Parts: sequence; C-alpha cells; structure tokens
Amino acid sequence: MSAPNSSYDPVEVTPLHADEVERMRDEALAAIAAAVTLDDLAQVRIDHVGDRSPIALANREIGALPPQARKEAGQRVGQARGAINQALAAQSAEVEAAAEEQALVTEAVDVTLPWDVAPVGARHPVTTLSEHIADVFVSMGWEIAEGPEVEAEWLNFDALNLGPDHPARTMQDTFWVTPEKAAMVLRTHTSPVQARTMLTRKPPIYIACPGRVFRTDELDATHSPVFHQVEGLAIDEGLSMAHLKGTLDHFAQAIYGDGMTTRFRPSYFPFTEPSAEMDLLCYVCHNEPDAVADCRTCKGEGWVEWGGCGVVNPRVLIACGVDPERYSGFAFGIGIDRTITSRYDIADLRDLFDGDIRFTEPFGVEL
Amino acid sequence: MKVPVTWLREYVDLPEDLSTVDLAGRLTEFDLKLEEIASSGISGPLVVGRVLSLVKEEQKNGKTINWCRVDVGAHNDASVPDAPGDDVPSRGIICGAHNFVEGDLVVVSLPGTVLPALAHVIPGGEISARKTYGHVSDGMICSSAELDLPGDASGIIVLEPGSAEPGDDAIALLGLGEEVLDLEVNPDRAYALSLRGVARDAAIATGAPFHDPADLEAVTVATDGPGAYRVEVQDPTACPVFAALTVTGIDPTRTTPAWLAQRIELAGMRSISLAVDVTNYVMLELGFPIHGYDRSLLKGPLVVRRATPGEQLTTLDGTTRTLTESDTLVTDDRGPVGLGGIMGGEEVEMTPSTTDVVVEAAVWSAPMIARTARTQKLSSEAAKRNERGVDPTLPARAVRRVADLLVEHGGGTLEDGLTLIGEAPVLPDVTLHADLPARVTGVDIDTVAAVEALEANGCEVAVDHTWLTVTPPPWRPDLTDPYDIVEEVLRVVGYDQVPSVLPTAPAGRGLTTSQKLRRRVGNVLAGEGLVEVKTFPFAGEADWDRMGLPADDVRRRQVMLENPLSAEDPGMTTTLLSGLLRSLVLNIGRGHSHVHITETGRVFLPQAGEAEAPIYGVDRRPSDDELAALSAALPDQPFHVGVVMSGERVRSGWAGKGRPVQWADAIAIVRHLAAVLHVDLEVRQAQQAPWHPGRCAAFVLDGAVIGHAGELHPRVLKAYGLPARVVAAEVDLDAMIEASPQIGPRPDFSTFPVAKEDLALVVDLTVAAGDLEAALAGSGPLVESARLFDAYVGEQVPEGKKSLAFALRLRAPDRTLTDDDIKAAREAAVAAAHEATGATLRH
Ligand SMILES: [Zn+2]
Repeated sequence: MSAPNSSYDPVEVTPLHADEVERMRDEALAAIAAAVTLDDLAQVRIDHVGDRSPIALANREIGALPPQARKEAGQRVGQARGAINQALAAQSAEVEAAAEEQALVTEAVDVTLPWDVAPVGARHPVTTLSEHIADVFVSMGWEIAEGPEVEAEWLNFDALNLGPDHPARTMQDTFWVTPEKAAMVLRTHTSPVQARTMLTRKPPIYIACPGRVFRTDELDATHSPVFHQVEGLAIDEGLSMAHLKGTLDHFAQAIYGDGMTTRFRPSYFPFTEPSAEMDLLCYVCHNEPDAVADCRTCKGEGWVEWGGCGVVNPRVLIACGVDPERYSGFAFGIGIDRTITSRYDIADLRDLFDGDIRFTEPFGVEL
Repeated sequence: MKVPVTWLREYVDLPEDLSTVDLAGRLTEFDLKLEEIASSGISGPLVVGRVLSLVKEEQKNGKTINWCRVDVGAHNDASVPDAPGDDVPSRGIICGAHNFVEGDLVVVSLPGTVLPALAHVIPGGEISARKTYGHVSDGMICSSAELDLPGDASGIIVLEPGSAEPGDDAIALLGLGEEVLDLEVNPDRAYALSLRGVARDAAIATGAPFHDPADLEAVTVATDGPGAYRVEVQDPTACPVFAALTVTGIDPTRTTPAWLAQRIELAGMRSISLAVDVTNYVMLELGFPIHGYDRSLLKGPLVVRRATPGEQLTTLDGTTRTLTESDTLVTDDRGPVGLGGIMGGEEVEMTPSTTDVVVEAAVWSAPMIARTARTQKLSSEAAKRNERGVDPTLPARAVRRVADLLVEHGGGTLEDGLTLIGEAPVLPDVTLHADLPARVTGVDIDTVAAVEALEANGCEVAVDHTWLTVTPPPWRPDLTDPYDIVEEVLRVVGYDQVPSVLPTAPAGRGLTTSQKLRRRVGNVLAGEGLVEVKTFPFAGEADWDRMGLPADDVRRRQVMLENPLSAEDPGMTTTLLSGLLRSLVLNIGRGHSHVHITETGRVFLPQAGEAEAPIYGVDRRPSDDELAALSAALPDQPFHVGVVMSGERVRSGWAGKGRPVQWADAIAIVRHLAAVLHVDLEVRQAQQAPWHPGRCAAFVLDGAVIGHAGELHPRVLKAYGLPARVVAAEVDLDAMIEASPQIGPRPDFSTFPVAKEDLALVVDLTVAAGDLEAALAGSGPLVESARLFDAYVGEQVPEGKKSLAFALRLRAPDRTLTDDDIKAAREAAVAAAHEATGATLRH
C-alpha cells in the first residue's frame, strides 16, 4: 500500500485511495463469490451494492475532490463498481438457475399415477355402425329415411305385397298392438319406411333406412325380439338387379375394405321379385384357398350370410303409387346387430341389449 | 322339407357319382336352400346275424351274460376258437341282453363298424374284437339306441323272421346309410314340399331325366260307379275339386312295410298305422294332402260347406274348435267330421283296426285355408301345402295311388266307383315382353334362352314377335306376374350371372337436420361421460309401481300388445327411465359402483281414444287423405333422451376426495344439450314422479314441459333396490330439435372495457335462483351477464331467508362506462330483483 501523498493535495480523502477502492472491490467480489443462495445474494446486494455500501459511500466523496483528482477517483470507483455489478449479475444468474433446477427436482411427480376422476363416455356400436353405414350411402348421394316403430298393418304388410292371407305373413312372427282391430304392429322390418317414402316422394328415390325392428323371438344367444336393420331402396328409370349387385359390392367395400364382393342365391321375399339371399365374401379369410378351410368366421364356406335383396315387386310399386311401366327399383336389407356380433366375434347377442356398461365402453365414440 | 336321397333318386336319374353335397349345392342355387344333410354316420360291417346258439354264463358280479354263436353269412370267421359249436362257421359274441333266443335274427356290428352313438364310450365309436368275461367277443349285437334308432332300448333288436338273411348289410336294411337333405322351401315354391317337386328341380338343375311319380293312370274304376261314396260340394269356391275312392277289407294285422315306414320317418313324420302311413307317403311323394275316413264311422254322405258361426269340431289333435263362416267343413249326417284341407275330425279318425277307408283328395281355396289356419292357430302338413297351392290336376291320381298301396300292402279291395266333383282350375297365362328378363336382371338373356328355361320348368311358351305368352304348369300357381316368370328364367340362367354395375344417384341433400342433431347430441352425451345403452322398449305395471307413478299418471297409459313375450312387459314403454333403471340395477348387481348411462330412443304415447289404422287395397296408391288417416291413427313416438347416474361424478382417488353425483348433474346435462342445440330452455321447480319432490326440475320450452331432471325419490330407489342419491333426466329430444334454430345465435360483443359489480341479495327461501338470475340479466341494456357465485343460509341472514350473491358484468356497446352509468345500472338491477322476487340488498 502506498503512503498518502499530502504534499500537493490539500484534501485527503482516504476512501478514494486506490488501494482502498481496490480493497472494497475485492471484499465485494469475495462476498459475491461466497453467495450460494438467493438469500446470500440479497445480503450481498445490501452490503456491497446498496446505497449504504462502502463503495456507494466512497462514490459520494468524489465531488469534494479537485477536478484532476475527481476524474481519477471517478474512474477508479466506476471500474470497481462495474466489476462488482458484473460479478453479481453472473453469480445471480448461476444461483437462480441452480435454485430453479432444485425446485424442478422437488416438484417432480409420478406421471404413471392414474387420472380417472372424470367418467369416460361411449356410444353403442349399433348407433355408430348405423351412422357409419348412413355415411357410406350419403356419400353416394343417397338419403337416410326413418319411420315409426309402431306401424300400421297396411304399411308393414299389405303395401309390401304381404296380404292378410299371404303365407309369408305368419313367417314373420309379429307383435300385434291391442286391440287387434287397431291394425297396428311393431314393425317387423324397416320396409314400411320404404313404402312411406315411395308414397310421399317422386322418383328417383335412393334411400337407406336404418332402424329398430321387432319379432316375437324369445331372447337367447342368437335371437332377440328387438333388433336393428338397415334397408336400402332405389327407384329410378332402368334399374336392374345388376345395379343392386353394384351397390352391394360398393357397400361391402366401404364397410369391409377393398376386394370385398357379394354373391346372390335365389330366395323369396314378397316385396321383391326376383329375390336373392346375399352372401358377403368372408372378410377374414377372403375365401383364399390356404385360409378358408380353417376359418372360424365362415366355417370353411368362404362366404358369410349378409342379408336379403331383390328387384322391387311391381305390385309394391303400384300400391305405393309408383308407375311400374316407367320405373323399376331394387331393395336390400342387412342385420346391424348380426354384423356387429360376427365382426367382433361376440358369442351372445344378449350382450348388446342388457345394458352392461362394459359392453359399450370398449367401442368409444366411433367404430 | 326333408328329402331322403335314395327316394329322390327314384324319380330322377342323377349321375351315380354326383355326391349328396354337390346335389345340395345345385338345389341351393335353384332356390331350394340346404339347411343340412342329415345321416346316421354309421359305417362299416353292420350285418344281419342269426343266433345259432347261446350259453348263459353267470358272472361273479351277479350278472348273467350270453356267450353266443352267431351266423353272419359271408362274414363268418372260424378263427375264433372257443365259441360254442366252433365247428360251424360263425362268430363268437358276448351279449348282456336277454330278449332273444336261438334262431332269432339280430343286428351285429362286426369289428370296424363305427357307431356314433357309442363315441362317448369307445374311441371314435369304432367296434373292435375285445376280450371280455373270459372270451373274445368278435363284435356286438346291437340295440336300437346303439344305432340311434327310435324304439325300445332295453333289449337288442330282433328282426322279423324271414325279413333278412345272415350276412345281409344291415345299414341298407335299416336305412342307416340314408342321407336326408333338409331343404328350406320358400312360400312361393309349394310344389317343392314333395319328392315330385324336388326331383323335378333336381332334374332341371343337373340335366338328368325326370320320372314323374304322378304319371299313372287316373283311375281303373268308373266315375260314379256303385261303390263311389256319395259326396256333395255346396261351396265350389272353397273346394273346386273333390275326389274319393273307397277301399274295403283291409287286414288290420298288416303293418306298414319297413321301407315305407322308414321313408316317412326319414322325411320327418311318424309311422302310425298302415292306412295313415300310406296317406302320408303319397302326400310326401306327390305334394298332395290326402285324408282318410274310417267308413264304418261315417254317417251318410259327405258334404262340403261353410261352417255356421259357433259350430264346433274336435280335430285329430284333440282340440275342440269353435268355427266361423270363413271356415270350410266336411260334414256327414251328424255334423262336422273334418276341417277341410287342414285336419280331420276325431270322431271318424282311422285307427289301426280300421278295415274300410274312404280316401279323400280335394283342392281347397288357398287363401281360405290360410285364413282358417291362422285364425285357428292350426298348422298341419296338409294346411302347409294347401295354403300355398297344390297341383289341382292330381286328386283322382292321388286317391288312386293311395288305394293301390292299401290294396297291395293291406290286402284291401278297391270299391267300384270314383267320386270326382269339379274340375281343376286352369292357371291364367302370363304375358310379358321378351326383353323383360334381360331388363330386370341386367343379364343378357335372349328369347331363346328364356323360352328354354321356362320350358324346363314345365311352362308352355308361345312367342309372338317380341311377346311371350307363358302357360304355367298346374303345380306352379305362384307364377302369376311377369316378374315371377323373370325369376324362373334367372334361376335357370344362374344368379351368379348378374353383373355388378354401380348406379348413379342424383345429388343428395345429406343427413336431415334431425339426424345431424341427434348425432351431435349423442356425441355430447358421450363427452359428458355417459355410456350409451340399448334397452328393450317394453314395460308394465311393475315398472310404474316401482317408479311411484300416481294411479292417474298419463305414463301408465301404454300402447299394449296382443302377444307380449312376458306378462310383466305387456306393452310399449312411455318413458326411457323404465329401461335405464333396469339397466342400472343390472350394472350395480354386476359390481359397478359408478354408473353413468344414457339412452336415446322412441317412447310410445297412445292416442286419446281408440285408434284404428285403416286397411286399404293395394291396387292403387291411397289418397293423401287416406294416408293422413293412417298416420293419425298411430301413437305418438317421439325420440327421448334419458340419463341415469349413480355413484361418484368425480371419482375419489390419490388426488383427493371425489364428488358424488347430485341433482344438479342431471339438470346440467340437459342444460348442456339445450346449449349445443341453441334452444332456450327454462328451468322450473317441479314435482314429478319418480323424482325427489324437492329436487326435481321441469324443462319448459315455449310454454310446454318437455322433460324433467333431478334426484330420484328415495322410495323409488328403495323399490328398485338401488343405492341412495341416484339422479336422472329425461327430455323430449324431438321437441328440442324442432325448436333448434337453423342457424345459431350471432356473435355480439363489445370491445369496450367491462365493469364488474357484485350484488348480494336477500330473498325468501322459496325464491328460485333462476328467477332472480333472469330478473338481473334482464334489468337493463348494459347487463352483459349475471352469474350466481354464492348462496348462503344461516345466522347472517334472517330466518326463512337466504342470501344469493351475483357477479354482474356491465358493458356498453359504444363507450366506456362512467361511474354514473354503473351506479344507474346497479340500481336498476336491484330494483328489478326486488320487483321480481322481493329481493333486498344485503348489508
Ligand atoms: Zn372365412
């Protein structure tokens, strides 16, 4: 440390001596370096940077010096303060980062803990499959028609060429509304919706009718008194069975994927003539020679039964006010419940209808 | 229709190497769909044996067995050394049964025979030589049970003496090798309810020659000869043709020949007595129902007439039936002796001791048969054929065929004289354009192909330029329309020939608004954590009682069913809660504690009076008025949404305690639906079963109540055995969708600053918060919203009062509010609240 030079400077200000400023600076830097917590830093700020810190006090003395000395002292103090502030900023950043790091560590959680406080909803597959099928037909320009479930006997039977003495009427085990003379039934198929559409709209008509239907079958693993169908009807000029096949092939592909196809076998329905049973290429084995034999879905047949179809009987057209000389049409129907049980390998049809939430839950909101 | 294949082959020369599976495949392609091929599954050396000797040997276990020497003809094997009398060619067999003696003919399964009935006892059911009771038993003497045959299973089968020779193939003898096609016959193919009809289709399908079993001389006795039974047909519409022959002196000791009994049993009918079996045999063969009367029991001539109302007849099935004038009877002097074409009467029934038989074959009006069968709930083999339509040219030949068989196998005598009344109605011609088959099917079918196909089916076809005139054969009364003819052509051409062409529909309009909104509602409900269920829409008194519906509650008035599946569910439901509550009970019973379920479906609300839906003709479209009358008769069937929730709405867990469902959750879901449908639903306090009288909200839309929600009544929960605090909601979805605007509300908000004012208001306990909220919200143009944030009852407010605190948000569309604006708005709000509910500002 150099001795004070009093020979030429009448005002001796000790704190502004170079060695004194250096000491203050070094003390401050040491304190900063020693600060490891946010609290330490706060104290350092008070002790070495604040208004009452030695260096701040020294700074105030500068004004008393003669100009020459003022400049030197100012530079000296300024440099010291700069060094202190810089060190403090650096140390603060480091300490704050460390503190934040520490906080994040202590706030860590077990993210595998379950979060099941809100119930999760789901939609019944009969609903979602019906919507899916509706979408397929809507995309083809068809529309979706609906009708009542308690239906007039005339619409459920007579208008569909099922007169009162038609033997096929007894084949459809029908729920009759009381009294019998009310002439109302629980619709045995969605076909009355087709009749209603023909009765109220002019061709061309392209509609699909999904809905709930009823037969007096006792509930067991493969039968239900309440089930769901989707039927289709097209009435236009020049429609033939070939257009029926084309529509069903497209429908099969839309639901089950590319390469699907259908085949016809002769059958009988009063409202169609000719009528056919329709089989769907087995969607599991695709009737491939090396897979079909062991296929459980089609039991080695290569095809699965899918529904019934045919060319609309002109008698139905007449009863519904459509000119059979000008228009022809086709109709088809498939079982929605059966499509679900077969596709999801559900052994017991009752599972669809007893309302156990575990049946619906896995389906979520879309099929 | 069950068709024994060897019987079928009698009428069609099918190739020997055509397998039954392939034959069935062809028939299926021909609209005779195979249900299954039934066969006994028995194979191997099952032969006839004669018991040459038997030695009874008592065993230590107390049983006595027979050590037999059995002559099995060509199958004899001398290599078995120790059989009694082993010097004679035979087999040694142990048998435990005792219903036979030396000299009896028995059925022997030699080693290698497979008997499926024994598959659960011996591997594969395959018989082998085995050592038993100290001997080698070289086969087994069979009982009927071991061969899956009907009959007494307590002993072994003993064949009629002289009915076979030792060594004969018993599989053929007993018909055990017979394969039976079970074919599904559609109602338009009545002809296929006969061997004759199936054989003809098999012939067309395979190209093999067909031999018609009906090709026989009509009769060898004179029409109206002295032995002809007197018959009078009073109603030729009901019975256009009636034929009868009489056979007398049938030997009642004669039994049905085994081959005949076997054929009708394989075809699914029971063998009863010779005379009955023969009539059934001919019905199966020709498809023509035949009835036999015991002549000694008949009194006077047979008369065919309509029944008089109230007339009674006890039919063969033992049921006494009360008849109406739409039923057709066969009567004699005493009154009814048969329900024409459906079932005979008990009093004149043929019995095994019958010696004289009047054989009847008649054509009946098919619609009348169908009506009687339906109203009498009586389906017989005869009715099944007569209601679909038989070949009306057959009666004389059918009675002849029966008489011949009774003469041949029963030793009877054919009386001299055929009764034959009426003539077979002629089926009308069908005329169609020659290109119709191609137009309807989309298959390239020319006139030549169409004519060929129709002629193969027995039709006569006249071609006149581009028109075909088709005369159907008498066994095809179903061929009445041009499209029926098209189907016959396509059946021969092949359904697999139909090409695949996608039609182009005109541009559609997509889903209807209602369909779109129902989907939206479905997704909102799932988003609310509700699981959709599908329940049956049936309900009854027990449901209403459990739900505590008052005696005069409109929901007790149901659309009832004539033939419900169960007495508990006699009609259609009027509320979705009946199904949802049953489903909740099931879920809780299966161990689920937190169940949130929903259903969207129709409910059925009967008309006020007795509604009858008219029945119109089908030869034209009903008029618009007639259609309106039809719709007006139907019950109202709106779509409802139902919700039932139990357990916790927010689940308890590691993060803390959850929250049980509460009344407000049910109401909130309906409010949510109203919000997404942009429907203005008013919520009102209500009292409605099955809800808690103090925790039930009614939803009002345009002045009409369209649903309720809240907590269920504790008594209801008790009646269902459900835990406390179950909540539920049900609303008329159709009504909400109907009220849903085409486009939603316009966004309308101001960007000027908001002013927030809190108001604590004191009101009577009975005041509904909703009313107060509505009053505040409507108190002035500056009120943007009023939201309840606190509700308080306690010491700080007077007895019988409560404090409701609202946060008001005030804002102007065009300026920043001044202090004066805010003060005025606040005062207006307090005034409006006071006016509406008597509210005062809390201090
Ligand atoms: Zn398969």
